[in-house]
Amino acid sequence: MSVKHSLLALLERGPAYGYQLRAAFEGATGSTWPLNIGQVYTTLSRLERDEMVEALPENDSGQRPYRITESGRRHLAGWFASPIRAADRPRDELTIKLALAVTTPGVDVADVIQRQRAATLRTLQEYTRLKADDERPDLAWKLVLESMIFKAEAEVRWLDHTEAIVARAGLPAVPPFEPYDDGAEPSAAPFATPSVPIEEKR
Amino acid sequence: MTVLQMQGVNRVHGEGDNAVHALVNADLSVEAGELVAIMGPSGSGKSTLLNLAGGLDAPTGGDVIVEGTVLATLSKKRLAALRRRHIGYVFQDYNLVPSLTIAENAALPLELDGMSVAKARRIALASLEEVGLDAKLADRFPDEVSGGQAQRTAIARALIGERRLVLADEPTGALDSATGEDVLKLLRRRCDEGAAGLLVTHDARHAGWADRVVFLRDGRIVDSSAPLDEPESLLERAE
Ligand SMILES: Nc1ncnc2c1ncn2[C@@H]1O[C@H](COP(=O)(O)OP(=O)(O)O)[C@@H](O)[C@H]1O
Ligand SMILES: [Mg+2]
Repeated sequence: MSVKHSLLALLERGPAYGYQLRAAFEGATGSTWPLNIGQVYTTLSRLERDEMVEALPENDSGQRPYRITESGRRHLAGWFASPIRAADRPRDELTIKLALAVTTPGVDVADVIQRQRAATLRTLQEYTRLKADDERPDLAWKLVLESMIFKAEAEVRWLDHTEAIVARAGLPAVPPFEPYDDGAEPSAAPFATPSVPIEEKR
Repeated sequence: MTVLQMQGVNRVHGEGDNAVHALVNADLSVEAGELVAIMGPSGSGKSTLLNLAGGLDAPTGGDVIVEGTVLATLSKKRLAALRRRHIGYVFQDYNLVPSLTIAENAALPLELDGMSVAKARRIALASLEEVGLDAKLADRFPDEVSGGQAQRTAIARALIGERRLVLADEPTGALDSATGEDVLKLLRRRCDEGAAGLLVTHDARHAGWADRVVFLRDGRIVDSSAPLDEPESLLERAE
């Protein structure tokens, strides 16, 4: 699971501080993967070091919001554009990616789904080749391959299903974060659509 | 060698406001030895594409070329002959003739093509054996065999003789998953022996047997994967 990319995706909705991000993450992913606040802040400071987010002035209650930078946006677009290979996946990253894709402004969800579907089918073709190779009559090996094949199949079915639901229902309108009040950053324009749309990844 | 080539193929049903664009500017080619899966939601044009590829339906625009021949240039008679000799079809509902036995169903394309009954039967029995059907079933009628056996009969019929292009539309229908897999293996084997195959499926596991996958959406090809193998090695396999 990628905390880093999840936070970038959430900040694409507009500047927010740590507690807001944690709550939004749990909202987006149905509280399936609790995130501790320490993890949020260490990730934010690493992102700041890497110039993918910038810290804004503290508000009256001493909370410091962060804003995504252009470089952070490019990085986020790259994450959405690159399918996760079954082999190197902490299994739930795909679910999180799609949960965030449907709530992140400017993401072409159908495109994210198609890229993943094509990649998963390719993996499935590779497994099927291995399975069809009768040189290796090892039943245990075939069972393992079958298990991976069925998981990949389930993933494709889930992607088809998600695509159909999104096509039918449209994307949810995601309310922006509560504005923070620092009285000093009128240009922050917190919830505007990103000036570099994520579609630019194409 | 390219067995099937579709160039800017369109299929529009109806006219004006009621026009349905079932297939829009489809470009696709399938080489000998290649099995290509077609995937897409229901209504996206998969069956339309397959029927056009097999000359069962005519495009409203563009060319369908099978083994170098533009189908639209053929007379009805010659098109029918090409279909009988070179193209095999497998459909979801088997399409067996209920009043013919299993062996007669398998032999049908050969008999239609003028082969003697005895010779056609001999070849049909070999074809039934190839798809793993017991010779004892040969003289039963379609309603006297299981769904899996009926589908194997349909495959035997589709593969009989020298089929260069094999088209399958959801060929595993209601079969259980292991039997469905056998059907896919038969298709795969025939392609490995040099036929070109086109497989419509919604089942990712079946698409796993293909060399590449073409995705349809609202009548358009929206994505297609590169083949797993180098084209050269596909050609070698086909020789
Ligand atoms: N004979 C026909 N008349 C009118 N519309 C048709 C006809 N055949 C197919 N269509 C339409 O063309 C589109 C594609 O159909 P089809 O190729 O059967 O899709 P699929 O096999 O992917 O489910 C659908 O919208 C379908 O309703
Ligand atoms: Mg269909």
